[in-house]
This record gives sequence, structure tokens and C-alpha cells, in this order.
Amino acid sequence: MSKNIVLKKGLDIPVSGAADLVVSKSMNPSCIAVLPDGIKGLLPRLLVKEGDRVLCGSPVIADKKNPDILLTAPVSGIVKEVVRGEKRKLLAVLIEAEDAIECVHFDTSDVKTALLQSGLWPLIVQRPYGTMADPATSPKGIFVSAFNTAPLAADTEFTLGSEVQAVQRGIDALATLAPVHVSLDGSRKDSAFAKLTGCTLHYFQGKHPAGNVGVQISHISPIQKGETVWTVSLAGLAAIGKLFAKGTYDIRRKVAVCGPAALNTSYVDVLPGTPMKSFISFWGGDATDLRIISGDLLSGIAVGPDGYLGRDAEQVTIIREGYEKELLGWIRPLRYKQFSQDRSYFSWLFPCRKYDMDTNLHGGPRPFLMNDNYYSRVLPMDIYPVFLAKACLAGDIEKMEKFGIYEVLPEDLALCEFVDPSKNYIQDIIAQGIDLMLKEMA
Amino acid sequence: MNKIFEKGGKFYWLHSTVDAFETFLHVPGTVTRKGAHVRDAIDLKRILILVVIAAAPAALFGMWNVGYQHGLAMGREGIHILEYFWFGFLRVLPLYLVSYIVGLGIEFASSQIRGEEVSEGYLVSGFFIPLIVPVDIPLWMLAIAVAFAVIFGKEVFGGTGMNIWNPALLTRAFLFFSYPNYMSGSECWIAFKKGETAVADAFTGATPLALDGASAQYGTGFWDLFIGTVPGSVGETSVIAILLGACLLLWTGIASWKIMCGSIAGALLVGWIGQVAGITDIPCYMQLIYGGFAFGTVFMATDPVTSCQTETGKWIYGLLIGMLCITVRLFNPGYAEGMMLAILLMNTFAPLIDHCVTGAHISRRAKKFKTA
Repeated sequence: MSKNIVLKKGLDIPVSGAADLVVSKSMNPSCIAVLPDGIKGLLPRLLVKEGDRVLCGSPVIADKKNPDILLTAPVSGIVKEVVRGEKRKLLAVLIEAEDAIECVHFDTSDVKTALLQSGLWPLIVQRPYGTMADPATSPKGIFVSAFNTAPLAADTEFTLGSEVQAVQRGIDALATLAPVHVSLDGSRKDSAFAKLTGCTLHYFQGKHPAGNVGVQISHISPIQKGETVWTVSLAGLAAIGKLFAKGTYDIRRKVAVCGPAALNTSYVDVLPGTPMKSFISFWGGDATDLRIISGDLLSGIAVGPDGYLGRDAEQVTIIREGYEKELLGWIRPLRYKQFSQDRSYFSWLFPCRKYDMDTNLHGGPRPFLMNDNYYSRVLPMDIYPVFLAKACLAGDIEKMEKFGIYEVLPEDLALCEFVDPSKNYIQDIIAQGIDLMLKEMA
Repeated sequence: MNKIFEKGGKFYWLHSTVDAFETFLHVPGTVTRKGAHVRDAIDLKRILILVVIAAAPAALFGMWNVGYQHGLAMGREGIHILEYFWFGFLRVLPLYLVSYIVGLGIEFASSQIRGEEVSEGYLVSGFFIPLIVPVDIPLWMLAIAVAFAVIFGKEVFGGTGMNIWNPALLTRAFLFFSYPNYMSGSECWIAFKKGETAVADAFTGATPLALDGASAQYGTGFWDLFIGTVPGSVGETSVIAILLGACLLLWTGIASWKIMCGSIAGALLVGWIGQVAGITDIPCYMQLIYGGFAFGTVFMATDPVTSCQTETGKWIYGLLIGMLCITVRLFNPGYAEGMMLAILLMNTFAPLIDHCVTGAHISRRAKKFKTA
């Protein structure tokens, strides 16, 4: 067993509404969306038109720069609608699902070709910058985090513990492209994934963001200038495994429905691209003053009741919008209902308490005032978060490089954003820095 | 907010001010727009009000001490808590009024010009300023000094969070260099009413630091200095009250223990060297309770904006403040208090220290990459 890396820095946000470990329903909605949005680096070109029939695994969208990269249909059916936004930006392709799913069978003799043709390739994320992986590069490693530490995150032992074989098949396939590193939760001795072979196992223990693959990479093999690594989610790895086991495109997964405002918090068996309307029973129908997030509370996307479950989402979080003003909030000594990691409140007295949180900002935006240490104590990486954020704000490429822009994605600094008393949008600042790097390095 | 204060409204020019009062009354109903959907309940108002609470014991004791010192100079005995406190309160209140009216006025105006929300940074600076000036300072001088410090020390750099020097100390530095007669010597540290003079001609109101071994009417022993029953700036005299504040600041983590420890270590070191070398006969630990050292270490040096950002930097920054302060005390008999200038000087060099520390960090990372 390799070394157990214990990360002391970090923070588990004690929010209420964790999902019970039961699958409450299996969803087969009549309409499924293929979503090109959110895949960094993809310039979508539409391959189908309304009325076309597609099979599960048929290409729907291709990348303009690299036409080999495809997004495929997760079900068989008729293309119902192509949804476009401003400037005709392609937002979604809606497919009316057939009752009996008919699949394309892929030839899996060549790993890269099979991944590209099946539409599973975009599940691989390339770092630095978090773009879609470039098939022409050879990364120094492929990193997978086998556990989540995000607030209310889905328990991978529950969602994928029964699919260890598929995960193993995925590792076997990816190991032909680059060495695979899998990080496990060091605090769980009975992990179903401890028996995985063909990869290097690493053990991490600690609070969030110990489960973030970016944090793990920085401890296993930090990314330096000129290097690339690939990352895949564990659910993505299982889908890749199923492709090589069965020859079909199967991205069905268990997703946690959670959050302080969610009813009947539990897991559902679902396809990414499922309309959020299918989840209506989890918020009781009235979504006013509710925020429905595809993903977790720190880095998920607020898609609303009319949106769709994102491609990589492993949870749906439902939370109240915090529109209420709080009279003399900041000066009240106790504020018993609010959580703060800062010792100027008294949450530290109740370490086991879970809080009914909302989306209130709890203050006004200000320039950075607190020291770097205030932020870096929730970031178990060897970087100075405030210096990096300020370099991004200044658009200073050289400093961004030096302060570690290659190692981070916005999600890694999400907790810094959470604890920030100056209420900056740090993830957005980092994202802008990354966009600038991409533009300058292109 | 009422529509007339919004953009295009009749009173838009007042929107920062209205907004400031509104957010003072309640935490606004603003929700997160992107990124993290939930946020910690902490905000700058909370952090800064805690600093004010931490400085409150020093302020309250300082007010009583103003009365007590006046009583001593008038030849009275006894501690008369309420009477002396009331006397001191009435003397310090105008300083607070001037500090807040001038400082916040400029802060509100410049926030409006920048179109930003009014930052609460001056809440703390405004509270500190009356504590670090002599109680008898003419109010017009204080007003000019505050205006200088807020405009040229803070607003020109972009407001709270962007300043290089601690605004409260800059106020004091301005007074010190512009009106030295009011800021040193034996006249200024005790409040007198118009026409009053000390009962005994020989009475000196100098701070213990300026006495240079001369006897005084009040005690200059360890406990007098520790409790704070000596003349001095309003809030700086009582080490015990300052320590109370230090406990709160350290517990909440707002102030860095590394800066405080560094500063104390630096002071002890130079104080000890001075003692051993025969430059002074004051024991080095006494340097910690003389003058503005304690107040400066706890409340001024630890200002998160103007101090070092990096953890290693904080040690260096603290050490140098302590060392410089005592060096000035030992070698500069003309003006025996070095804390203000030590902190301002180190404020200036804090970015350089950070630059060196982060530079070392970057090259260490580069080396790590090479071996990896």
C-alpha cells in the first residue's frame, strides 16, 4: 500500500441535506439533451438536424477544430429540437427517446479510436487549464479521484462500488495511453476500489478539497510548464469501462439529489442530459426562490428547473435563494443559524451541527483585505492563493505561471471563495486567468 | 434601495452613502451570482468590529487615565473611577467626533466618486486615531492630519485594502512632523482645562520614555506601566488592557501571532544587547511595556492590509519592527518613541519582504519540479 497522504488544510462545509444511501427512482425521461456547453475548448458543429433519427452512440456534435472529437446521443430516438442561444450559440440538442434503446456497437480494438468514436473522449479533461483532452498529446499521467469530498457529494462507494469491474476495464484501456493514478479515500479501509490493478493507487485523507483531483495531482506529481496530464471522473472511467466491456455507449449513473431545500434526499439512476423537470418531486413543484444546481454547492452550475443535468454532474443540489435581509446581522454576537469557519462566530462550538444554508452572499464585495493565510488554510496545495488571484486580476502572465496557474482549476480554489470575507468571486478570477493563458499560449 | 438612489435616479450621487447605511443596518439580500453558491457568514464588517471591540478596553482605560493624570497634576489623590472616566470621556469624545466625521466624510465621498460601496475600513482606523494622539491635541490639527492620512495614505491608492501605510499611524506621523511641539516634550500628554496649570512647577507630564531616568510624580515602576497609570497617548498606556484585546485578536485569528511574537522577540533582543553593551540600564523586558510598543505591536503592526502577506514574511516583518523600535529608543534621545516610525518603515518594506519570500518559494518549487 502506498503512502497515506494526510492533508491538514481544508474545510468540510457542514450543510444539511445529505442524500440517503438508497436509489429512490430510475428515470427514463421522454426527452434527453446533448450539451456541448461546459466542455472547455469544444467548438461545436452540429451533425444532425431536427427530425433525424439517431441511435445511442450516434454522433450529434463534432468539434470544429478536431472533427474526430464527437458528442454522441445517449439514447436512440428522433432529434426533436436544436436549442440555440444568443448569437446562435448551440446550447443543446434535444432527442426524443424511444422506449427500446437501440445502440451503435463500436469496434474497441484501438482505444483512442473507440473513445473518440463513441463520444466518450470529451470525458477526459486535460490540465493545465481544464480543457477537453487533445488526442494528439501524450500526457505524463491520467489521474482519477475515486472519492468526493465536496459538500453533500455522492458517495462513490455507493454509486460505483458495484461497478468496480467496469472501472477496472476502464483503467486497463486508459493504461495503454498513459500511466493511470487512482486516488482513494485513506480513511476508508474497506474501499471497493482498493483492489484495482494496472494503476498506481494513492491514499488521501482530509477535509475538502482532498477529493479534488487537482489537489491530489499537486501532491503526486505537480504539473509544470510544458507538461500535460489528463483527468477522468470515476463515473467517466466506469462509462469507458462499459464501452470496452460491452462495445456500447452507456453513461447511465447514480446521481445524488441533495441539499437543504431538497425533499426526499436520495440517489436516482439517471442519464446526464436529463431535464431537471424530471426531478420535480424533489422540490415539490414550486421552484420560486430555489436554486437548482447541477453539481455541488461550490462549483456546480445553477441550471434552474428548466435546465438539464450536466455531463459530469454526480449530484443535484437544491438550495434556497437567500433574498432575505438580516437586520444587524453582522453585529449580532451569536447568529446561531449561520455557519462560519471564522472564530468570530461560534460555529466551532458545534462541530457536528449541520446548517440549513442559503445562497446569501452575507456581505458586500470588497477588495482583498485579509492575509494570504486566511485563504491558504483551506487550500492544501503549495501555492499562494491570494497572490495567484491578484496575478490573474492583473493579467500578469509571468506571475500567474510562477504562482501556479498550471496546477489549478477554479474548483480547487472554491473553498477560498467560500471563506472570503471580502466576497470576491475567486473561481471566476481564476477562470479569467486561465482564459487569458489559453489566449496567450495559443 | 429606493429608486431615486439608483443609477439614473435624482439622488444617485448619494447612493454609496445610502447603501452604506443600509448595509450597516442589515446584511443585504444579495445572493451569489456564480462560483460558490453558498458563502461563509463572515464579512469584513464583522472582522473590523471585532478589532474595535478588542481595542475597547484600551480606549476605556485611556479615558479614565486622562482624568486620573489630570487629577494627579492637580494634586489630587485616589482613583475616582466614574469622575475621572467622565472627565476623560468628555476630553476624548471630541477627538472621536473629529476623527470619524472627517475620515468617514472623505471615505464616503471617494467611494461615491469611484462608484463603489463604502468600505468599512475606516471604522477601525477612526477608532485608533484618538487612541494614539495626545489628548490635548488641537482639533483642527487632528482634522488636517486625518484628512491627509485618508486622502494621501489610502484613497489615492484605491481605498481600503489597497493602502501601503497604516492610516492611523500616518495621521500620527503627519502630526509628529508638522506640529512637533504638540507631539513631544512634557506638555502635551496631560489634559488641562483652560487656565489651569500643574500645582507644582516641577511637575512633569512627560511619558516615562522621555524622562530619561528623571523622577516623576507618578510611578514608573513595572506595575504602573503594566496597568497604565502613566501619561501618554490616550490608549497606549495600559498594557493589561491591550493584552485583553490581543487575546481576542489572536483567538479569532484576525491578528497574526507571528507578527506579535516577532516584534516582541526583536524588541527583547535589541533591548538585551543595549543592556549588555551598557547603552541603557533599562532591563529589556521593560521596553515591552514602555510607550506605544504594546499598542503598536498588537493593533498597528498586525493590520492585515499593510503587514506582510506571507507567513515567513510575518516573522521577518515583526522582528524588524521590534528591533527598529528599540534601536530608535536607545540611540535617539531627542525623541524616544520609535514604534510609529518602525511600523511605518516596515509597512513600506512589507511588499519587498513578500516579494523575496514568494521568490524563494517559487525557486523552491522550481527545484522540486526538477527533482520530481
